[in-house]
Amino acid sequence: MSALTQSTPAAARSDAAPEKELRPPSYWPFVVPALVVVLAIIIFPWVFTIWMSLNEWKVGSPTTFVGFSNYLRLTSDPRFLEAVGHTLVYTVLSVVLPLILGTLSAVVFHQNFAGRGFLRGVFIMPMMATPVAIALVWTMMFHPQLGVLNYLLSLVGIPAQLWVFHPATVIPSLVLVETWQWTPLVMLIVLGGLAAIPTEPYESAQIDGASFWQVFRFITLPLIMPFLFIAGMIRMIDAVKSFDIIFAITQGGPGSASETINIYLYSVAFTYYDLGYGSAIAVVFFLLIVLLAAVMLYARQRMLWTEIASGA
Amino acid sequence: MTPRQIIGKIGLWLSVFVIVSPAILFFLWMISLSLKFEVDNAAYPPVFFPDRIAWKNYADVLASNRFLTYFVNSLIVTGSSTLLALIVGVPAGYGIARMAAHKSAIVILIARITPGLSYLIPLFLLFQWLGLLGTLVPQIIIHLVVTVPIVIWIMIGYFETTPMELEEAALIDGAGRWQVFRHVALPIAKPGVAVAFILAVIFSWNNFVFGIVLAGRETRTLPVAVYNMISFDQLSWGPLAAAALIVTLPVLLLTVFAQRQIVAGLTAGAVKGG
Repeated sequence: MSALTQSTPAAARSDAAPEKELRPPSYWPFVVPALVVVLAIIIFPWVFTIWMSLNEWKVGSPTTFVGFSNYLRLTSDPRFLEAVGHTLVYTVLSVVLPLILGTLSAVVFHQNFAGRGFLRGVFIMPMMATPVAIALVWTMMFHPQLGVLNYLLSLVGIPAQLWVFHPATVIPSLVLVETWQWTPLVMLIVLGGLAAIPTEPYESAQIDGASFWQVFRFITLPLIMPFLFIAGMIRMIDAVKSFDIIFAITQGGPGSASETINIYLYSVAFTYYDLGYGSAIAVVFFLLIVLLAAVMLYARQRMLWTEIASGA
Repeated sequence: MTPRQIIGKIGLWLSVFVIVSPAILFFLWMISLSLKFEVDNAAYPPVFFPDRIAWKNYADVLASNRFLTYFVNSLIVTGSSTLLALIVGVPAGYGIARMAAHKSAIVILIARITPGLSYLIPLFLLFQWLGLLGTLVPQIIIHLVVTVPIVIWIMIGYFETTPMELEEAALIDGAGRWQVFRHVALPIAKPGVAVAFILAVIFSWNNFVFGIVLAGRETRTLPVAVYNMISFDQLSWGPLAAAALIVTLPVLLLTVFAQRQIVAGLTAGAVKGG
């Protein structure tokens, strides 16, 4: 979009005032300070991380160059491999659930009702609130004896759960918090998509007597697909990196049942101070996120091709 | 209204109630926890409205010396890193938008994808070598990782939509690029700056992972301070919930009052730091 809007004014400028062309390309000074900052806090750490990952680098002992042995060590580190598994499960659930609930909420918020603006503000509060603060309250709610969640379950006759205190339920419980927290973001993105849909398809569907579900399935869903994809991508990136909630509620426990890559990375780098190995994990972790994003892009492309091929 | 419309109306309100209640009930429960004495917090079945209200929980938290220190720390870290981000990020967004240098956005994308901990390892060493650990400077600097990309990203989007005609006119009249930026582009972009400011403040204020590594006893920000309270006060839920509420209250108020800006910023850039 911007390539087009940018070229026209630029052309107009050179027509109107050719002498201005003698100026050096002078928007650079605006960018330089930020460039310095970005180099210092984003590019330098990346380069340095890659360098460190090639070294045996522990706080307090001399560093030695070891090539790729940190990376080789990863392939046979059971705790790391387990963490990859936890991360994938956690991520898939934390993408799918908010996508479904967020889409349904967006359909509701797309309607007109009194107090919509205020209620939307309330609805997005979970994602803006300080994660550690809400993690603290969730921990209290998860308490097996005194927690309000088990009380609520008992009202509908479901036996008490151990929530985050049992290896089998810890990841689903954390996903519950993550879903509660991030469904609003999906809702906002999809709501933006709904606002952009033209009304004609709906009018003709109404004339044809389509049911609410048919309208949703065959008109709304295909039209908001691009937005769902963006929401899914953002959700994936955030869910993979999720740290605050997991760390504040379980620290990866019980045992290592909820230890994701990010939590393991924290332990390696800042509990054991094994910075070389930690750097290798950071690099692999980043590549994993890029890989997941690429897979999602590929799946989206495949979907588009099938749609075109089937003539839809 | 026909019966069908009435049913539709009821259905709509019912669904609104269902989707909003997890958020409402959670925060009401948080308030309830923070206003109850231990007897009520440890009661089963849980008490929602206590007979006696424990204002004392808040008084205790606020009266503790440390909490005030941590509050000031949070203000300094968030304030400085947001201000610095605006100083370098707003002109950068302008420059990138006017040069149509869209490839530079890749750096911001990388920053968005990178886990916060990856920055911490090298920067932690750097701060150690520079002897800065134990001051607030490392946290201010590393919070730029969160705030600078947010500001640049939102400002690129904003400056791309502001009209060029005025700027061109000013250029032809002989104004320098800096003057054009300062007196023509910037005033128009004020709402965009507000969006960038609000989001940068929120995500910096909420940040936890940087503080937990870089903060010492005296340099904790509020999220880190609250986290440390968990281990010591495992059983006194009232003061803990009160502290949690105080920490997140500024952000919740911002969310309610600046909802429009937040929604605009999040859906345009959909950026989150950390």
